[in-house]
Amino acid sequence: MSELRIDPISCVAHGMCAELLPERIWLDDWGYPVLDAEPLTPELEAHARRAAAACPVFALRLQRGSRPAGRDPRGSVGRERTDSGLTRA
Amino acid sequence: MSHSESAMPRLLAGVSGARPVDHAQHLRLHGALPESLPGLIDQLARAGLRGHGGGGFPFARKLEAVSGRRGRPIVVVNATEGEPLSAKDKLLLTHTPHLVIDGALAAAAVLGAREVVIAAESGAAVAAVDSALAQRPRGRRERVEVSVQMVSGGYLAGQETALIAALSGREALPMLTPPYPFERGLRGRPTLVSNAETYAQAALIARHGASWFRALGTAQSPGTRLITLSGAVSRPGVIEVAGGSSIAAALLAAGGASEPLQGILLGGYAGVWAGPEAQSWQLGESELRARGATLGPGIVHVLGSSGCPVDSTAHAVRWLHEESAGQCGPCVNGLDAIACSLEELRGDGDRSGAFAHLERWCSLITRRGACALPDGAARLVTSALRSHRAAFEQHARYGGCEACAGRSGVRAARQRAGVAA
Repeated sequence: MSELRIDPISCVAHGMCAELLPERIWLDDWGYPVLDAEPLTPELEAHARRAAAACPVFALRLQRGSRPAGRDPRGSVGRERTDSGLTRA
Repeated sequence: MSHSESAMPRLLAGVSGARPVDHAQHLRLHGALPESLPGLIDQLARAGLRGHGGGGFPFARKLEAVSGRRGRPIVVVNATEGEPLSAKDKLLLTHTPHLVIDGALAAAAVLGAREVVIAAESGAAVAAVDSALAQRPRGRRERVEVSVQMVSGGYLAGQETALIAALSGREALPMLTPPYPFERGLRGRPTLVSNAETYAQAALIARHGASWFRALGTAQSPGTRLITLSGAVSRPGVIEVAGGSSIAAALLAAGGASEPLQGILLGGYAGVWAGPEAQSWQLGESELRARGATLGPGIVHVLGSSGCPVDSTAHAVRWLHEESAGQCGPCVNGLDAIACSLEELRGDGDRSGAFAHLERWCSLITRRGACALPDGAARLVTSALRSHRAAFEQHARYGGCEACAGRSGVRAARQRAGVAA
């Protein structure tokens, strides 16, 4: 199953994704998208693709591969998170 | 040379206030790093050495991850220590730099790396490493080039990907992962990024082995760790303790608390608040994580009766907000909103409104940044609300306390630079 990921660095809160995929994406208090933990269903996949394509800064991506996700389960639906981030090594 | 298994201190052997341990003294204290290091990864794994920068990741597994990649790796020593309540890495570089250099050389030998970069954030540390390098015999350095680089860029410069960016001459901004530095790091090479103390510990394991390492500490938290003590303690500074020692024992080693104890901040500005009962807790990452806490890079800050947990937390979150790279919306907006609420709680009169969104915002921003800065701030605030609930409710109802106006606690510890060893 594909998974949605948000690149939080690129995202500047246009909010189109939440309009096109309200089943899985909602906006926080400041207009930035939050992904539901619920995985995508096959029926939603076309909508998810449309939402990703509509992002003006390509911050929303629909990924098929088996790469381990980076941070953030709400930034990566349907896959376990590997820990990283502010580990000062 | 004495390598008695239970002798303390280990890392801080020969370290005194005045001069750094020079190469001759280093060899007298620790012996020479063995010329060949077969099975070092295995020794490190059996020793159970974990990263001392805050992540607590098994060092042997990190080495394996790097060694499994194509291309000649680079070894990076992270001694940037942007955390205001930590002073241990600075102390290692300025007082016993050869231990850190040895550990990095051992890692380089295992990985077949020809390059070691030591990232420091102070001129004194850079100078200490430079002079240490000049004291070392030429042989080893012909094969591995060791350099020290000054990295400025604040708190986030210590974040792995931001550090790679800074060392590459770019702005110290965290990048989206993957790729992780072990895959694509400095100059696109597989890069081992670890904390200075981790390398220093590895230097000793390379000499004496895993069983020697485990002769001190507990099964869960073997060996020793450096702890920076600050706040209401008689002698703030860096101490070395056996893993699993109680916080009370660490405080006692620093002359005890200087005031009746109100709370303890573990792990630093992005750490976890606890009440006085934490004195019986064990100083080990596994032990503390089981209690929902963390040791971070080895930080114990004591909040005395004259301090205020609301003020200290407000100060820390505002500082983290200012240190934010400003790249991710949830971090920029969330930390500001949280800091504003906390600052409002310090004001006069009824502030119950300021309380309303704090917990929701904390859960809202968690895991939504490219790095873990917002997660750390959220964890700090959540733990403060949990362990010092009464103080927060008091502030919401009646406004700021006397301690808020007095600005003690974390803020004062930082201003006094009382963390410097």
